[in-house]
Amino acid sequence: MLRLHYNLEKVSMGLVVAIIVAASIGGIVEIAPLFTIDETVELPDDLRPHTPLELAGRHIYMREGCYACHSQMVRSLADELDRYGPYSLPSESAYDHPMLWGSKRTGPDLARVGGKYSDDWHARHLIDPRSVVPASIMPSYPWLRRPLDTELLRERLETLAKLGVPYDEAMIGASQADALAQSRPDGEGADAVRARYGEKVVIRDFDGDPSRLTELDALIAYLQSLGTLTDAPYTILKASSADIPDGDGHE
Amino acid sequence: MADTLSLFERRFALLLSILLAAMGMTMVAAARHGVMAVHGFITIALGVGLVLALGRVYYSAPPVAERAGRFYDAPTRLGIAMTLIWAIIGMGAGVWVSALLYWPDATPAVPWTSFGRLRPVHTTGIIFGFGGNALIATSFHVLQRTSRARLAGSVSPWFVLIGYNLFCVWAVTGYLMGSTQSKEYAEAEWYADLWLVVVWVTYFVLYMRTLARREEPHIYVANWYYLAFILVVAMLHIVNNLALPLRLNAAESLPVWSGVQDAMVQWWYGHNAVAFFLTAGFLGMLYYFLPVRSGRPIWSYRLSIVSFWGITFFYIWVGSHHLHYTALPYWVQTLGMTFSVMLLVPSWASAGNAIATLNGAWNKVRDDATLRFMFVAAVFYGLSTFEGSFLAIRPVNSLSHYTDWTVGHVHSGTLGWVAMIVFGAIYTLVPQLSGRETMASSRAVEWHFWLAVAGTLIYVVAMWNAGITQGLMWRAYNENGALSYSFVQSVEKMAPYYLLRTIGGALFLAGAVICVLNCRATVLLAKGEAADRPLVRQPAE
Ligand code: HEC
Repeated sequence: MLRLHYNLEKVSMGLVVAIIVAASIGGIVEIAPLFTIDETVELPDDLRPHTPLELAGRHIYMREGCYACHSQMVRSLADELDRYGPYSLPSESAYDHPMLWGSKRTGPDLARVGGKYSDDWHARHLIDPRSVVPASIMPSYPWLRRPLDTELLRERLETLAKLGVPYDEAMIGASQADALAQSRPDGEGADAVRARYGEKVVIRDFDGDPSRLTELDALIAYLQSLGTLTDAPYTILKASSADIPDGDGHE
Repeated sequence: MADTLSLFERRFALLLSILLAAMGMTMVAAARHGVMAVHGFITIALGVGLVLALGRVYYSAPPVAERAGRFYDAPTRLGIAMTLIWAIIGMGAGVWVSALLYWPDATPAVPWTSFGRLRPVHTTGIIFGFGGNALIATSFHVLQRTSRARLAGSVSPWFVLIGYNLFCVWAVTGYLMGSTQSKEYAEAEWYADLWLVVVWVTYFVLYMRTLARREEPHIYVANWYYLAFILVVAMLHIVNNLALPLRLNAAESLPVWSGVQDAMVQWWYGHNAVAFFLTAGFLGMLYYFLPVRSGRPIWSYRLSIVSFWGITFFYIWVGSHHLHYTALPYWVQTLGMTFSVMLLVPSWASAGNAIATLNGAWNKVRDDATLRFMFVAAVFYGLSTFEGSFLAIRPVNSLSHYTDWTVGHVHSGTLGWVAMIVFGAIYTLVPQLSGRETMASSRAVEWHFWLAVAGTLIYVVAMWNAGITQGLMWRAYNENGALSYSFVQSVEKMAPYYLLRTIGGALFLAGAVICVLNCRATVLLAKGEAADRPLVRQPAE
């Protein structure tokens, strides 16, 4: 062995090839099989993709680096089920390019935050967190009151469709109109949004200012959608709650 | 810089600078507004600045004919300067964001000063700016010395360094303006990623061509590590950053990976950025500068072979330990955990080899703060790899994951190991490249050393306490079977630790500032160039 290496050290290309081989095996073994997951793990029937407004909000979530302090991945541990709700399923983030599972909880997990608070609470919390949670160390985001830039929304849906997320022609074509319509519950487009994205989509004036479509509208729409894209985590947990200690706190 | 180039090379460099400015103009013209346009303007400014710099010396005397008989150290000097500049930017941003976790309202209400935008400025500034420049600069030095040959290119080293720093500037200014892929440690947008590939290929070719010139039959172990760094980082970077731009004229893209695949690719990248950026490259540094400074050969050649291949092979498997108990398939988590534990063997072999090398030179460790930096680096390398393997064990991870314990672990590696070895290398190189025996002030090196050690210890201990407290509070149940603490209660408990951490970081930063001043003073007192020379084959009579 030593002799072999003694000779290898004299051939630079030999070292290069050996390094590439040694450093590839692990990745291939662990990553390649995951691409068959699409076939092995079925997507729940009721799984819907994000609406255009929620996607715009997701983009703001990334832009502001919310993911640096918040995870969106409930682990299968008893205390997490009690604190946050059912553990996260792989199918829930199947349409997420990129995933936002996160790695640090300076603030709580947000995977199940949809529906937990009112829109008004979120609006006040985002503009000034300490006005609702005095001990909070979350940054304030007063600039979210500015108008939402929808310039790239169509391209966003189009690109996601290319990557396999089920957005059809109609959804792509109406992306900007749908974004506005989701914040106008009494407007004409509301029914069209429901028709395209399902009855459970939340259609409200999220930021309390019906005259404008703001970044706050988009971000709150996104937060309210988290954990509501499919019911599968709840049904699976109920079905198996006998196996899980303390599995009763997921309301 | 340009005075080291021949007339032909000056023309070529001029052409490249003009092309760079033209690339900037294309970006501005295509994007018209937004992040990409700003990046275009930055690029134009750089290109024009380079043209001016070249123009100033264009007609100066070409370098002496026997320059082939000298090492090419000018690029290394620029690399060290960039390392120090990024150290201040990256550590400064780090201290500031850590202060924001204690005083969240200390920041003005403007988007670019917000925590979430500055945090990647800190990580990119340190990993790529500080660490990357240090690796490139020292690799040029080590490659030439261990091959006893001059770099196999006169323009390409500059292209690598300047191009690389352009990538860093694009990345960091992009985050401030809100452009990010949001993949941790790979936040830069698609065209910056493509640009880095071009730079990286040039770097690799330069490395291989110089190796081909070597006058030593054997490739020294430091170069194996630098090679592994170059090759594997290329592989990780390309696969993790595969993305579709929304538009060719906008700084926005979507990664091709989604959900669980994206998570696995991300942490395969993320952990191997630790392995091949923050470990392999710096081990290369250690394997060269530690023996040089202590005047002792590496303790065991055999052990260095075992640890090199162990690290290269095992590390790639361990990324999935970032995803314990998540939606990632269980068997992948288990593989990640298993390999993480096995990784301790080659890691400790490296750390042990380094420390055993100092046997017989302990008096030097006592007297020479520079060597002490390297010794402490090896110790922290050993400690943090032990901690890493420990944290990768599933039940331990259930407590530590998502908490500040991870942050503490990372900083025991980055402050204690990576930064310490960089400072050790800098304090060895800067006098040498200035034709001097010592730094301008040895006492300042001593001060820096103690500030760095104190800062690291305070930081790490504060984060251990913070992380373990969080982990225990989150999982505590009261006698009624309900959770004992709300999340916010755990946030409140963090305040003293976050304050301490900020103090530790500030001490470390203060040491770095001293280092910058000392390096500047040393360069101003320079007595010439490095005295050593490559072996040059004499033409046969
Ligand atoms: C510096 C870290 C940090 C950043 C960045 C951050 N948060 Fe928070 N977040 C916290 C902390 C700490 C809490 C807990 C205290 C509170 O409720 O304010 C919190 C709480 C929350 C909550 C309430 C969750 C619950 O279940 O009670 C929401 C929603 C939230 N954040 C959303 C966001 C969004 C959206 C962003 C980005 C625009 C963001 N956060 C950025 C730290 C952060």
